[in-house]
Amino acid sequence: MLEQIAFVLVFIAGVSLFALRIKAIRRNILLGRDLDRSDQPGARWKTMALVALGQSKMVVRPVAGLMHILIYLGFVIINIEVLEIIIDGVTGHHRIFSGLGSIYDFLIGSFEILAFGVVFSCVIFLLRRNVIRIKRFHAAEMTKWPTSDANIILVVEILLMFAFLSMNACDGLLQQALSASIAEGAEVSTQLSHYVSAGSFPVSQFLMPLYDGLSVEGLIFVERFMWWFHIVGILAFLVYVPYSKHFHIFLAFPNTYYSNLEAKGAFTNMEAVTKEVQLMMDPSADPFAAPAPDAADAPPARFGAKDANDLTWKQLMDSYSCTECGRCTSQCPANQTGKLLSPRKIMMDTRDRIEEIGKNIDQNKGEFKDDGKSLIRDFISEEELWACTSCNACVEACPVNIDPLSIIVDLRRYLIMEESKSPESITAMFNNIENNGAPWAFPASDRGNWTQEMNEA
Amino acid sequence: MSQAIHVPTMAEMVAKGETPEVLFWVGCSGSFDDRAKKITKAIARILTHAGVKFAVLGAEESCTGDPAKRAGNEFLYQMQAMQNIMVLNGYDIKHIVTGCPHCFNIMKNEYPELGGNYEVVHHTQFINQLIKDGRLKLSDGDTFKGKRITFHDPCYLGRGNDVYEAPRAVLQQLDAELVEMRRCKKQGLCCGAGGAQMFKEAEPGNKEVNIERTEEALELKPNVIATGCPFCNTMMTDGVKNFEKEGSVDVKDIAELIAEAADLL
Repeated sequence: MLEQIAFVLVFIAGVSLFALRIKAIRRNILLGRDLDRSDQPGARWKTMALVALGQSKMVVRPVAGLMHILIYLGFVIINIEVLEIIIDGVTGHHRIFSGLGSIYDFLIGSFEILAFGVVFSCVIFLLRRNVIRIKRFHAAEMTKWPTSDANIILVVEILLMFAFLSMNACDGLLQQALSASIAEGAEVSTQLSHYVSAGSFPVSQFLMPLYDGLSVEGLIFVERFMWWFHIVGILAFLVYVPYSKHFHIFLAFPNTYYSNLEAKGAFTNMEAVTKEVQLMMDPSADPFAAPAPDAADAPPARFGAKDANDLTWKQLMDSYSCTECGRCTSQCPANQTGKLLSPRKIMMDTRDRIEEIGKNIDQNKGEFKDDGKSLIRDFISEEELWACTSCNACVEACPVNIDPLSIIVDLRRYLIMEESKSPESITAMFNNIENNGAPWAFPASDRGNWTQEMNEA
Repeated sequence: MSQAIHVPTMAEMVAKGETPEVLFWVGCSGSFDDRAKKITKAIARILTHAGVKFAVLGAEESCTGDPAKRAGNEFLYQMQAMQNIMVLNGYDIKHIVTGCPHCFNIMKNEYPELGGNYEVVHHTQFINQLIKDGRLKLSDGDTFKGKRITFHDPCYLGRGNDVYEAPRAVLQQLDAELVEMRRCKKQGLCCGAGGAQMFKEAEPGNKEVNIERTEEALELKPNVIATGCPFCNTMMTDGVKNFEKEGSVDVKDIAELIAEAADLL
């Protein structure tokens, strides 16, 4: 009974801490500007099924992709086992689903094989990060915390799977001990009597020699220890994940659902600008007219984005969905040629800044107190922004459809339209377009000269 | 052989009471840059040869606003866009073909929200259709037989709008050996000109993007690096010169290659 109460308390604590953190992240994401992504539900479900559920963009890089699928399948399917563990924990049963007989054997056997796949992939991933030192995991923005975050996750997954397999190994040995005792007609303790034959142990049988020398009491202790380690570990993981880059395991789904479904080349139209340009081009407009009554309600929004909360909620969701894999950065033409720009850093900076804004709001009774900082300059420099060729390689590379380019453009819009700040040659280009309708200083009247040249050919 | 061709403007056509099948949107580079003008002329020759009734806007055309928009100047972009849309709608234009993927992208995807709704195609798509419809036949000469050609995907045609096959289908008509760079199609590497980079110095780094890209192309030992964008053409031409390969490797737009194969130049 004591064990059950302890379990329920630990479980409630884990789930509550997780829920609180989710609430905070949701609030932070909604600090962003409005954006309507409620259209085309069919296409959205399809994108989510393909990209998040089907991992279609992961396998572009087959080695990492396939091993990621192993971990992903393991994670999703082994959760059926976690369901049993939770029911056992609350009710005090042992392996409550074991009544399913051969189906149960099949399930446990599959979980074990998947668990092995997870351990295998995690070991390879650790080697890729720390021994082979693949370049994209060691860029400038991969400072101490992002690097340890990745390693912590991988080590914890290995430990959890090891606990799961050890639990099964001891269970298997105890099942053998119980059968032997019954066969010998010996007296069976209540504790041992729980370990009726159930499940199959295709992987953990190889761990059995490790625990073979233990007494029945010793085995029961190790089995219980591993059971608790496994479930408490999972709950701790649940609480840790939303503070980590690993949060993509949840956000990948909504983030791909709310993907940009337009052609990648299409940039958003700024309606606030359209209104002003229409007014400018309307010869009958009265420049001294009082603003329309509804315009007075809200202060005019900033053009472009200066800070993280000038971005849309989707751009902020993107930032929380980023798992810092660096595929974007490794495909970025600017980054590959040694420029400061790294699309992954754009996402990490955006997330770090909106987290900071969120904390500021919490500390100041629900209201943001100006901290003199902004996403632009304090996090992302102008040099980074101006290195972008808008080629969409980062957007294409992202396995969860994050769009770093849209953030770069919104920050550029702020620089140009609010601060009139651009490299000199860009200003010259603007002037040329304004004066003669071409980015270079050619007279507009010469535009058709090539047709004359063809007449004379 | 190179014949004199009259390219009519929309104003001329309207004066005669005629309507073109398609408007040829030339773009700034194609109108003013000496190298890009050759591409423009090749497109005009192909259209004429295939019997396409087309017109240009001439001096009534103006920058689409692409470099302004990509650089963050939405005001300037929308001013340009609205002026162009007024002209295009004034002529009741329905179909547009252009040799510039930036013009193609912006008119196809961004003009509709400002009231400009047209069917816009890139010249490689248009040429592909002309060949499919039997309107454009290449001469039997084997201009490109045995030559190695590699195609550099323009970002705003490829990733920007998922057009990967049309340019390749057109190149296949040349009976040449088509070789792909490691980074091609969806994974294509930018030439370094997009996003208004064309109009500024690159940020500090250890290499120019066009050098990185040209290097990759040259590894294939091609005779021709084929392009579909006047800006890519400039960047790749500069890259080839950087490696002093201009004697052995041509950088040519698909339109130029087709015009050459059809004996139009």
